[in-house]
Amino acid sequence: MDQSRFFKSEAIVLKYFPLGEADRVVTLYTPGEGKVRAVARGVRKVKSRLGGHLEPLTRVRVLIVKGKSLDVVSQAETLTSNIALRGDPWRTACGLYLAELVDGFTSENLGNPPVYQLLRQVLETVGRTDDPDRALRRFELQLLRLVGYAPELHHCVECLADLAPASHSFSAAAGGILCPSCRGSDPLGRSLSLNALKVLRLFSSSDLQTAERVRLAPELTLELEHTIRYYLCYLLERELKSTAFLDLLRREREAGERRSGKSEAGVSSRSR
Amino acid sequence: MDFLPAAAPIVRLIEELNKLPGVGSKTAQRLAYHLIRTSTEDAEALAQAIADIKQQVVFCARCQNITDVDPCAICADARRDQTKVCVVEQPLDILALERTRSYNGLYHVLHGAISPIDGVGPGDLKVQELVERLQNHGVEELILATNPSLQGEATATYVQRQIAGLGLKITRLARGLPSGADLEYADDVTLTRALEGRQEFT
Repeated sequence: MDQSRFFKSEAIVLKYFPLGEADRVVTLYTPGEGKVRAVARGVRKVKSRLGGHLEPLTRVRVLIVKGKSLDVVSQAETLTSNIALRGDPWRTACGLYLAELVDGFTSENLGNPPVYQLLRQVLETVGRTDDPDRALRRFELQLLRLVGYAPELHHCVECLADLAPASHSFSAAAGGILCPSCRGSDPLGRSLSLNALKVLRLFSSSDLQTAERVRLAPELTLELEHTIRYYLCYLLERELKSTAFLDLLRREREAGERRSGKSEAGVSSRSR
Repeated sequence: MDFLPAAAPIVRLIEELNKLPGVGSKTAQRLAYHLIRTSTEDAEALAQAIADIKQQVVFCARCQNITDVDPCAICADARRDQTKVCVVEQPLDILALERTRSYNGLYHVLHGAISPIDGVGPGDLKVQELVERLQNHGVEELILATNPSLQGEATATYVQRQIAGLGLKITRLARGLPSGADLEYADDVTLTRALEGRQEFT
């Protein structure tokens, strides 16, 4: 048997789309080979042995047979089902958003084990925490660093001067912060508060535990989300698809909180 | 499409057939030349059938199923249990459930499932229609029969939250092992749900 035709790996299922009567093309993220697309035959049938193991966000061990045009998933076995991500639309939406980011920023057949570990860790976090925003922001910044798009957060990208503790501007085109005197060089830049800059710096390098201890006011949470999303969409050259559902759930949740009078206006506005 | 040395009506037919899912240009050409060889009646019957589905098929105002009469045959059937509504993703799911002959209530078709990664949100589905329908009619039980996939689960939970305030009994199809399956090949989620949903064996 030609061993080179077989490829055995751990993987996280990012997405799938239907193919033919009962098949699916599954996109997997593996530590060693990066993104892998393979056909899973018959998985939409009720009695499929593979189907239940290849749902998005599941961590699996797969055996893939290299085909002439498309690879085929021969075996799959669940390692972590991430069951907490199912059944709760908010957690599902967060998980699928992370999967979309990894899908967008990685290539096929180009391994990047730290990205795999980062994704694995953040999916577990989203499954257990009620407030995944900080974990998501840290993931975005560290993913950008691992794929070579880390924003410059310590010097002005135009004049290279050290940044004074003040409000600055974030330029996606220049890939980092513009100081107040250089902000005119990118009219599309977004203004960035000092607190937001501090959190961006912290999340870019901190471990998950430190990031989760940071307390963020609601306005700062939104500012960080919008700034990073603006940068992500610029790099991907398209809008992210899964953010519309995330935003809808957030609006509905906030409306529900307002109705029940549990507005979190009183929460500490400390940024670090 | 590449230049085809064929008569203009044939080229037009090939181009139209080529738009169908799963039909490539070679298949489209074969189908077109097959239609030329078939009898006039057969070809016209096909053309008429295609024209009819666009003119006569509508969404049922109550259950959103695809139908030629509004309300559809299931909604109009007074013998069916009007207090139960079963929520499914696709019209074909109704056929599967009807085949069982185990359910005698009504249906509601969402026409899809929430799939954030494809940009499909609740606004693209018939969720609002369901909420309005449940406010007005004497429904007592809602059965969530979306697929047991990640998207189907998210859809079921989303619908459940939207109607939680209406005081209905909300149920979800049981999940577990298909008949004839091997336990050793079952995935963790299915086995967990099968254990949770176990029933007293008498």
